[in-house]
Amino acid sequence: MSKVLDVIDLSVTFALHNSEVRAVNNLNFSLEAGETLAVVGESGSGKSQAFLSIMGLLAKNGRTSGRAMMGPIDLVGLETSQLDRVRGKDIAMIFQDPMTSLNPSLKVKTQLSEVLVKHRGFDKDKAVTTAIEMLERVGIPEPAKRANAFPHEMSGGMRQRVMIAMALLCQPKILIADEPTTALDVTVQAQMLELFKSLTEDFGTALVMITHDLGVVAGVADRMMVMYGGRAVETGMVDELFYDPRHPYTLGLLHSTPHIAHRQARLDPIQGLPPSLEHLPKGCSFNPRCAFCFDRCLEERPPLVPVSEASAREKACFYEGPLSYEKVA
Amino acid sequence: MIAATENLLEIKGLRKSFSITTGLLSRPLELKALQDITFSIKKGETLGIVGESGCGKSTLGRCILQLIAPDEGQVLWLGQDLTRLPAEEMRKRRADLQIIFQDPLASLNPRMTVGEIIADPLRTLRPGMGKAERQARVVRMMEAVGLLPEMINRYPHEFSGGQAQRIGIARALITEPKLIVCDEPVSALDVSIQAQILNLLSELKDEFGLTLIFISHNLSVVRHVSDRILVLYLGRIVELATGDEIYEDPKHPYTRALLTAVPIPDPKLARQRNIDALKGEIPSPINPPSGCTFRTRCRFAKPRCAEVRPPLETLEGGRLVACIRWREIEIPEESEAILGA
Repeated sequence: MSKVLDVIDLSVTFALHNSEVRAVNNLNFSLEAGETLAVVGESGSGKSQAFLSIMGLLAKNGRTSGRAMMGPIDLVGLETSQLDRVRGKDIAMIFQDPMTSLNPSLKVKTQLSEVLVKHRGFDKDKAVTTAIEMLERVGIPEPAKRANAFPHEMSGGMRQRVMIAMALLCQPKILIADEPTTALDVTVQAQMLELFKSLTEDFGTALVMITHDLGVVAGVADRMMVMYGGRAVETGMVDELFYDPRHPYTLGLLHSTPHIAHRQARLDPIQGLPPSLEHLPKGCSFNPRCAFCFDRCLEERPPLVPVSEASAREKACFYEGPLSYEKVA
Repeated sequence: MIAATENLLEIKGLRKSFSITTGLLSRPLELKALQDITFSIKKGETLGIVGESGCGKSTLGRCILQLIAPDEGQVLWLGQDLTRLPAEEMRKRRADLQIIFQDPLASLNPRMTVGEIIADPLRTLRPGMGKAERQARVVRMMEAVGLLPEMINRYPHEFSGGQAQRIGIARALITEPKLIVCDEPVSALDVSIQAQILNLLSELKDEFGLTLIFISHNLSVVRHVSDRILVLYLGRIVELATGDEIYEDPKHPYTRALLTAVPIPDPKLARQRNIDALKGEIPSPINPPSGCTFRTRCRFAKPRCAEVRPPLETLEGGRLVACIRWREIEIPEESEAILGA
């Protein structure tokens, strides 16, 4: 396996009226070719901002520090003109709402083919042919006909397929998908998740799936990173985190999710509310909501460290005992 | 006092169409949102309504509450037909029938304080009530839904989504309703908050003896809260059964397909699972397929399915299914694959 992305000490801050908010703090992770990494967290966890910053798509008042190395290139320091040569070609991003990402006044084939003309130097005819092939690959029926449609003439699922087709035209090394199936119906969502799986296999694209839905994570991801209050709090293989979570927040998320196969009498939600980034508590950001919190958690911030010496799993938590709700009660 | 087995609500032959204007000169198109909807709800039960976007589930909730007037059919509330009630009579009934909406912040008036918002239904529906009594009820209701009473003078924008939904629930409960229609009440909330609100609804249901209609596209959530589940497809009932029957032994191919599509938060089960992904998307309700409207996506469809509209059959135990082939498509091993259990 080879690393396609190495993120080192990435932080994102936003300048407010007369203060500053840190949306992402010292994030470190890497991405291997062909793997699927799920980034999980609730609103305000920093999961979207981290990747928007890597793509150079932050709002105007946002500032990024740290490094995001794609081979020898550091995406963080790049000027827009240099970034434009990489974005859409080597690294692509798709969003929850495809309608706001597509140009409503251009036919689908025009939007798709211009990517190929710009990044791969295709002539127009070849670009259109390739675009239609890609539409077929992502499961759009009658692709030659649908290529002449405008985005508003398509359903939500079809538009999301068009976005995926556009993102994959240049066979990027990395595809970042921010809640790509949240707005879709469950049957269409299942189609899209199958599509993502087959595409990462066929093209060897590394996929970052940003989501709040643990069902989606379980279905598609190899590894996962759980974020809370702008920091990574636990990382590891999907099976490790689902069956043996080491951070109380990961445990809480798992217990908050209704499971269709076995009906629980009650869910065990995480108490309280997600923190405001402007008023993060001292010590561990999760401490006001944590059932395992003790003195040290109120004073010191736990660093993200390997759970044991030889392990590739990491957690940011001082508590070393077994994590289960029965033990707390 | 109503006996536990008595039907609180009976829906009979409900139909609703909307006319869609396509242009100045062209004839408006008819969108059949609901057709031949017949079912009943018992006192104290939670009925889940599921289906994909455009299936008519929200329209059904609104027709029950008379927020949208149905074209045909009856909505019998304790035997009284709400569709024929004069407006003034219906206004009085509204104290019994309340609703909670999906987007908690959008459904709260930003210029009113939390106290005013929660008290508002009392002002309209219990005009005789004194100010002190009203205030006392608001405080009691805020405590019941987990809001601190000292927040009474704050405005909606000062609250998070989960807290705003608690305000919406308090507003729905203040008139002591018997039935609450919950239209996607947790879809806009974060996972950890979603679980808090689901638990709150189930506590309040027991505490106040409520009957709930729970509309959602999320089958895991509906499974968690519902006693019985109604599955809609293109404005028609395709299946109605208890939660266990639906999830352990779905009879309609559409129900089956919906279940296999639900993401399961368990990686090992997710890998074992055979996803029987439905082909294609929902056809347009303006021009639905002939016969069974699901046949265009159904892998069990036969030519006969295009010719006859499947009747809604009542099976043993009272469950309903609308499929002419449900007896033939019994594949027991498959039900295991559906849930990966």
